[in-house]
Amino acid sequence: MALIPARQPEMSIAQKLWQVNWSLVFLIAVTASVGFGMLYSAASGDVDPWASRQMVRFGAGLVLMIVIAVSSIHFWLRYAYLIYVASFGLLIVVELFGSVGMGAQRWIDLGFMALQPSELMKIAVILALARYFYASRMEDVERLTYLFLPVILIAAPTAMIVRQPDLGTAILLAASGVVVFFLAGVRLWIFVTAGIGAIGSMVPVWNFVLLDYQKARLLTYLRPEQDPLGAGYHVMQSKIALGSGGIFGKGFLAGSQSHLSFLPEKHTDFIFTMLAEEFGMMGGLGLMGLYALLLIYGFAISLRCRHHFGRLVAMGIMTVFFLNFFVNIAMVMGLLPVVGMPLPLVSYGGTAMLTLMIGFGLVMNVFVHRDVPLGPGAADTDR
Amino acid sequence: MLFGGKFVLMFGLVGRMYYLQVVEGDRYRTLADDNRISLKLLAPPRGQIVDRFGRPLAVNQQNFQVRLIPENVPDLDRILSALSSIVPISDGEKKRITREIKRRRRFLPIIIRENLTWPQVARIEANSLELSGLVIDVGESRFYPDGEAIAPIVGYVAGVAEKEFTGDPLLELPGFRIGKAGMEKVHDLALRGRGGTSQVEVNAVGREIRELARADGQPGSEAWLTIDRELQNFVSRRLGYKSASAVVMDVHTGEVLSLASTPSFDPNAFNRGLSRAEWRNLISNPRTPLNNKAIAGQYAPGSTFKMIVALAALEKGVVSHRSQVFCNGEMKLGNATFHCWKKEGHGTVDMVSAITQSCDIYFYEIARKTGIDRIAAMARRLGMGQVLGVGLPGEKRGLIPTRAWKKKAKGTSWQQGETVLAGIGQGFILTTPLQLAVMVSRLVNGGRAVRPSLTRQVVSHSEGGPDSLVPAGFEDIGIHPPHLDIMAKAMSSVTNTSLGTAFKARIQDPAFAMGGKTGTVQVRRISKAERETGVLKNEELEWHERDHAVFVGYAPVEAPRYAVSVVVEHGGSGSSSAAPIARDILLEVQRRDPSRDTSGGQARHTPPMFVPSEGEG
Repeated sequence: MALIPARQPEMSIAQKLWQVNWSLVFLIAVTASVGFGMLYSAASGDVDPWASRQMVRFGAGLVLMIVIAVSSIHFWLRYAYLIYVASFGLLIVVELFGSVGMGAQRWIDLGFMALQPSELMKIAVILALARYFYASRMEDVERLTYLFLPVILIAAPTAMIVRQPDLGTAILLAASGVVVFFLAGVRLWIFVTAGIGAIGSMVPVWNFVLLDYQKARLLTYLRPEQDPLGAGYHVMQSKIALGSGGIFGKGFLAGSQSHLSFLPEKHTDFIFTMLAEEFGMMGGLGLMGLYALLLIYGFAISLRCRHHFGRLVAMGIMTVFFLNFFVNIAMVMGLLPVVGMPLPLVSYGGTAMLTLMIGFGLVMNVFVHRDVPLGPGAADTDR
Repeated sequence: MLFGGKFVLMFGLVGRMYYLQVVEGDRYRTLADDNRISLKLLAPPRGQIVDRFGRPLAVNQQNFQVRLIPENVPDLDRILSALSSIVPISDGEKKRITREIKRRRRFLPIIIRENLTWPQVARIEANSLELSGLVIDVGESRFYPDGEAIAPIVGYVAGVAEKEFTGDPLLELPGFRIGKAGMEKVHDLALRGRGGTSQVEVNAVGREIRELARADGQPGSEAWLTIDRELQNFVSRRLGYKSASAVVMDVHTGEVLSLASTPSFDPNAFNRGLSRAEWRNLISNPRTPLNNKAIAGQYAPGSTFKMIVALAALEKGVVSHRSQVFCNGEMKLGNATFHCWKKEGHGTVDMVSAITQSCDIYFYEIARKTGIDRIAAMARRLGMGQVLGVGLPGEKRGLIPTRAWKKKAKGTSWQQGETVLAGIGQGFILTTPLQLAVMVSRLVNGGRAVRPSLTRQVVSHSEGGPDSLVPAGFEDIGIHPPHLDIMAKAMSSVTNTSLGTAFKARIQDPAFAMGGKTGTVQVRRISKAERETGVLKNEELEWHERDHAVFVGYAPVEAPRYAVSVVVEHGGSGSSSAAPIARDILLEVQRRDPSRDTSGGQARHTPPMFVPSEGEG
């Protein structure tokens, strides 16, 4: 980039480390600790098998996050598409060779952990879209043809993930992509039109794409009481557990619904229920407060960022994060169908933790590089 | 805008949380407790049934069961074949076990076999290594130490049938037994007690985690009967294998000391569960073991009815006890001839000698003069033709015919010949052995309307004061006392004078002497031709055509205390078949009279003391 010389030279690693928003790191650690506590309780007061492993992963994720935070933002801009292509490749691998678990083909067994490419894809899509839109002008985004490629960027992985089948992640992926569109300045009427189109496509999707268990989940969501021992059982038991927690909860390790196995998947998808049963509304509000603080940090970071790429990445990732916990909590409260969505930073799960830490690493990276000028063409330079 | 939207959505979550946890919190708390707390019903021990001295008639016995917990048994076939070397297990049982294992959850025990003997228990315990997964458990089951002898009174218990569910959750407990007959049925609710509950915490698949609370139930009450266990056994043995029944009662209190009916059944077999063949045997037996003949057997009273006819005649004044009748062996009435049992006749008889020798002609004569309705009224006053309420299910009322009854039931008017037949207790009249015993009691207790009872009291384990169920006093039935004296004199001479029909069966010890009346009840008509060629001897007839033998008696004659009635179905004559049995019973009951017991036994009118159920002797 020869035309506009950089106002500042590239910062040293030490300078960058100084720039890292350590209070955000602290907040993330506190949130993850809530998860450790709940995993300890889920194992009836034992660090094994979940809490200990989750801590190790969080430690690894923390290092990864810092490394990403201090890495060059140019790297991420330049290789955004490559990362996208690589993640998409992994999705294809999972389609061909992945392990089948819980009725879905989602994992690649790496030996030390089970990698879930769909999780990585969430980040990859945000990066790719940010890369596409970072230098676009108002005129560009008003052209429908200009929007064709990014729609493909979202639709292709979404379709792959639906096939796995993992409806929750697919919807989340699509939704976060749409949010990036919105941030990029795409006109509202386009969303409205697309929305109507989407609703119109529901019928063929229902008939040809959705599998029976996914249909059952959606139907169960609409009327859970009709089938209390079948598909509606999880939601009913989750609501009972939550409701019975009351304001102050039943006490740590004392949630009867959780510990007597009435609550399903208490260490993963329904961990919020367990928290709310044992610590009541206070516990639930506490965790949601932490999430709100994290959102505010993310929002502040994107506001202070001087370049479009950073703003899109930070807001995109925070949106993924938001959708993740919102859908999870709404689901365990019976507001949304049970779609298999972990609670970020808290639920047990390797890839989800890793993805989140990468995501937060990128948000911090944006913060560290908030004043770095990234004009059109910055992706192609060799700085 | 986007950011604001997120916060609005988050507030939505907070609102939902508030709704679930605060607004609806109580409802969900209840639901969570419903989930985790399961109420288990604990069966209370069934109350004992004891005799008048507290001796056990129906008790609870330890019942050793071998149970299997499916989740602890990896190889069912191996375990079962190992077990079958100790306890034989049929293929049918194997099928039942496999079926139950499939149907029930794997941590719930399944009963493989109940009522193990002690050696079997010992062998299973000794081989516990090879038989791991099997556990010996102790349950309670009903046991009747006297078996058949006591069955007509206590009845039996058995599993609850579908239509017997009343909503009492106890009834739905597996293996729960309720009273199906006799005292077990009458006092079932009191004997049953109240179930306790145990609150257990269960997990989602129903496994018990821990007991949270326990409310002990109330053991069943103890039923004290008026029966004397030893006497009951004696009477039952004395009747032996005959198709017979006997009732022994206190003439003043009405307490039934013994009520026997043979052949009987083993009530323990009902509790254990009858096989199809056993059941078929019971119901097809012509001597009706399931029928309590003492209360449900209805027989013509025969000559034992003659006291009633005599009293009715005296009361109406158609005769005095001195009036004489000449018996030449037959009496003509219209174109019918009525015969005396003694073909050559008794000659001149008065009331006492007519009863003593059981002359039929005398009673034909006075019955005809008295009329059936007066005889019937007297029979009713002495307890016939009505349910006396001894307290056993199935008590029959018998039949005392009147003119009005015949008009209504048969549609024809009463014939004088029928009155004549009624004079000797034949014809339409039907009475039960219980009614006969009550009749004698009322004749010799001074004319009091004594009513029979079987239950002294039902003693609850928690509520103190037992209330006696035996009535204190009985009203006068209004028979002129001198008339009763004549009856007593006549019944005494039946046994104690050489002309008496039961002289051979008398009690020789004057202190124990008995009075009574024989009865021989014709089961079939005797045709004219037969009478001419000579009546067949009883022994020459088919069993079911032979006469019923009846005897009613009391003792001691000086101060009557005990009444007895004995009916031997198709037993022949009352004097040869029923009277000796009655004599032995009256002798035994007087020997057993606690007032004679100088060894310090319980005096007879002391109310029974509270005896805890474990301490039965």
